[in-house]
Amino acid sequence: MDYLLTEEQKMIKDLCRQVAVEKIAPIAAEYDEKEEFPWPIVKIMAESDIFGIYIPEDCGGMGGGVFDLAIATEALSWGCGGISLAFAATALGTFPIILFGTDEQKKKYLPKIAKGTIASFALTEAEAGSDAGAIKTTAVKDGDHYILNGTKQWITNAGDSDIYTVVAMTDKTKGARGATAFIVEKDTKGVEFGKKEKKLGIRGSSTREVIFTDCRIPRENVLGREGMGFIVAMKTFDYSRPGVAAQAVGIAQRALDEAVKYASQRKQFGQAISSFQGIQFMLADMAIQTEAARAVVYRAARIIDSGCKDISRISAIAKTFASDVAMKVTTDAVQVFGGYGYMREYPVEKLMRDAKITQIYEGTNQIQRSIIAGNLIKELKKK
Amino acid sequence: MADSKKIRILEDVCVGCGLCIKACPFGAIELVNNKAVIDFYKCNLCGACVDACKFNAIDLKTTEQKQDMSAYKDVWVFCEQKKGVIQSVAYELLGEGRKLADRLNCKLCGVLLGEDIKQNTEELFSRSADTVYFVDSPHLKYYRDVPYTNVLVELIKEFKPEILLCGATTIGRSLISRVAIRINTGLTADCTGLDIDPESRLLLQTRPAFGGNIMATIITPNHRPQMATVRHKVMQEPPLKPGRKGDLIERKYKDDLLAAPTRLIDIVEEIEETVNLAEADVIVSGGRGVGGAKNFDMIKELALVLKGAVGASRSAVDAGWIPYSHQVGQTGKTVCPKVYIACGISGQIQHLIGMQSAKIIIAINKDPDAPIFKIATYGIVGDIFEVVPALAKKFKEVLK
Amino acid sequence: MNIIICIKQVPNTTQVRINPDTNTLMREGVECIINPFDMYAIEEGLRLKERVSGKVIVISMGPPQAESALRESVSMGCDEAILITDRRFAGSDTWATSYILAQAVKKIGDFGLIVCGKQASDGDTAQVGPGLSTHLNIPQITYVKKVEQVSIEGIRVERMTEEGFEIIEAPLPCLLTVVKEINEPRLPSLKGKMRAKKTEIVKWSADDLDCEHDKIGLDGSPTRVVKIFTPEPRKGGLILKGDVNEIVNKLVAEVKNEL
Repeated sequence: MDYLLTEEQKMIKDLCRQVAVEKIAPIAAEYDEKEEFPWPIVKIMAESDIFGIYIPEDCGGMGGGVFDLAIATEALSWGCGGISLAFAATALGTFPIILFGTDEQKKKYLPKIAKGTIASFALTEAEAGSDAGAIKTTAVKDGDHYILNGTKQWITNAGDSDIYTVVAMTDKTKGARGATAFIVEKDTKGVEFGKKEKKLGIRGSSTREVIFTDCRIPRENVLGREGMGFIVAMKTFDYSRPGVAAQAVGIAQRALDEAVKYASQRKQFGQAISSFQGIQFMLADMAIQTEAARAVVYRAARIIDSGCKDISRISAIAKTFASDVAMKVTTDAVQVFGGYGYMREYPVEKLMRDAKITQIYEGTNQIQRSIIAGNLIKELKKK
Repeated sequence: MADSKKIRILEDVCVGCGLCIKACPFGAIELVNNKAVIDFYKCNLCGACVDACKFNAIDLKTTEQKQDMSAYKDVWVFCEQKKGVIQSVAYELLGEGRKLADRLNCKLCGVLLGEDIKQNTEELFSRSADTVYFVDSPHLKYYRDVPYTNVLVELIKEFKPEILLCGATTIGRSLISRVAIRINTGLTADCTGLDIDPESRLLLQTRPAFGGNIMATIITPNHRPQMATVRHKVMQEPPLKPGRKGDLIERKYKDDLLAAPTRLIDIVEEIEETVNLAEADVIVSGGRGVGGAKNFDMIKELALVLKGAVGASRSAVDAGWIPYSHQVGQTGKTVCPKVYIACGISGQIQHLIGMQSAKIIIAINKDPDAPIFKIATYGIVGDIFEVVPALAKKFKEVLK
Repeated sequence: MNIIICIKQVPNTTQVRINPDTNTLMREGVECIINPFDMYAIEEGLRLKERVSGKVIVISMGPPQAESALRESVSMGCDEAILITDRRFAGSDTWATSYILAQAVKKIGDFGLIVCGKQASDGDTAQVGPGLSTHLNIPQITYVKKVEQVSIEGIRVERMTEEGFEIIEAPLPCLLTVVKEINEPRLPSLKGKMRAKKTEIVKWSADDLDCEHDKIGLDGSPTRVVKIFTPEPRKGGLILKGDVNEIVNKLVAEVKNEL
């Protein structure tokens, strides 16, 4: 159904698909096993200009929007939901700069990212997951600098990224206005990384703690203004949620493709299992849900790109629905494979393990539902 | 291009069934007003449509020989040598050339270029050559495109062979393509079959096309010599007749003809751990079913016992379990061993193309529906991890 | 330096099948791709451009649809593309094809290197590269697996042989045919794809190239196809199942005399 896509979007989709099929899919199982960062894929994506898709043109990118990012993320995630995070999580770490950066900050960092420099977004801490307001990392003003102290947890790409957008408390007494967002470079003194976490899925991506110890950040690295930290975070998530949703759709599509192929080859009772209605109905439901998820992701992305101000709800709906679909579709794919689906030699158990995180990170689906409900009620009150 | 004098549809006979359209490999026929119409630009006059038509509605005139070719005679074989050793493909071509020469009632001649190679010419006589043309010069010690081409062109111009055969090797392919252009004659590469048409006395050159999915027979009606290359192990060596004698004709050429614009700096030989794949009489090959690099050890073990070489399917090579030099198939090597043992190989067409002319094919696969069983002389439905070590053990006992 | 790459668009032979009922080629729906060996030629051309600074011109002789192959080459980074197309070229064998390509190279004029793939996956003859260098009377090096050095003075390469490789030097201009071992072809880039979309593909016909009519097409081809048939399929033989030891004993007994 390509009538929705422009020529340029078709190019993005075709190229990312080519990378996914020819380069990512053949090594996905190996990287899942070894839990290594996929530098060879990063190099290929950089040379193909994929990293620049959503970067503004005057900073060396293609000037694409959330929709272009979603197309790319879906196609790459089809290859591997973990390896694609080298790209997708970089986008999460980059949006604060795109949305709130000054011209100097954009000119300094965005061209590098367009060429393949990896980035991370650092908000979560051990005591602050859904309750983002409970972060304890502090940023104390000292002349022209801020001194960061604290530990960020479960940061995707941490240790491999060169650029980190970090949210820290500048004034606890100010509550929602008490945090500030900063750009921190990897080799700044006082930045260290914890061990690589061992995860259930997305093992082709790296997840580590980021530890700040008396880390001096120049004032020029503040994003927006002091006190805007949570606004930066929330707005960033509004823009990045379709990306997570697209990742989920890519994983779901892969699961569906594998299930259809397997069901057509596997013979039981003298015929391919795809001839049994029980299996057929499962496959049909998987297709229905994947298609619906894709449609809502496209819609959310288009609404955001149109410049609409009120994007939180549609963005949350896309993320929630697509991730729930991915979990269901991948679980069903394992079921279609039967015993073989449980074996690591076959690709679907990995898809199920990869899908789970999409229901959790960048705001759990429970938080998403709170956002959606809160938005619905607020809107009613306005009328 | 084709024209209506060479090929035409008999409109009153044509019923518009479209069988010719399906048969044409060049897409040169279409149906217009329920009659077949030939696009003369696309038509190659190959005759596939004539064979397909059930109603004899296509009239194809056989290619006319325009010129008098009687000045050309004899079957020549270019005898490739490396380091003074004549390559076995040359013997195979002498074997085939002998048959062709006998049918044409002419001489079989070997052509040998090199340095200090006069003693090698005896081998060529003992393998049925009636005449050997040789050129001995330090410039020809190692193969170089330009001097070899120049010399062969001079010999051809002087002695006018009717047919020239050459091995489809790295050297042969580079050399013969150049000669064909210089002489302005036709060349057919990688022939699997050679024959003489009894009426026209033309060399019928048969070769695979489209990756081996179809076979094409090709002629060179109006140019001489008719040239063809043949791959190693496709033809048979002739019986050895030691002591047989023949005519030895030597030629010498000036230095400027033998000068090469390229310089050979060095030759590096890379030692294969086991027998060279292309030469091997026995090959044990592993495919996707082998499952990993370590598991190839049992394949190597069986190959060692049988004094054979180790091959692999593309899946195994792409997965990184064994180097590309072992790959058998369309994008790898074509082999023609006496015995080919395919372990955990499903039998995709791209692999079959590389090994289906083996005399005996033994396939071991746990999937009874694997396509390879359709062409295997012996098919074993079983687990390679049980069967292969068991075979190695049994063969070891029996071959002692 | 101008670096000329010769490519051919071919049907994806892994997809070509014989219809078992009619015994004919099923051509419908078979994808057209750049000849796989030519991808390595394009990649090497692009790498050589980075080493000697120059321009990569990709040329192809083919029907109008071959334009898509040329655009794909541009999306990988080639600077210019020329389609050599004329109905009168149809039916050309390798002699006529190499003549036509030589005419095109002469029209381009100045060049340092021509890079070709080892062979095309439909014809598999490997004759056009050497044929082209002979028509142009320039040195050739076939089966190149590595370019050690390159400058306007000359080129030094590793040439693959059955036993290993040779190291050969040649002056420029010269022609190379390359094998798969030489490199890993890059993927197109997005910027490349956008440029490819806008690039004007130059088209040259037989008249543009001053081709002599008796040297092109069927008339210019010394070889002629007289028959096309499907090969006799090899038949399956004995299938052995059951106890491994029994199978092994039986097989060894049958086959041992061949060894």
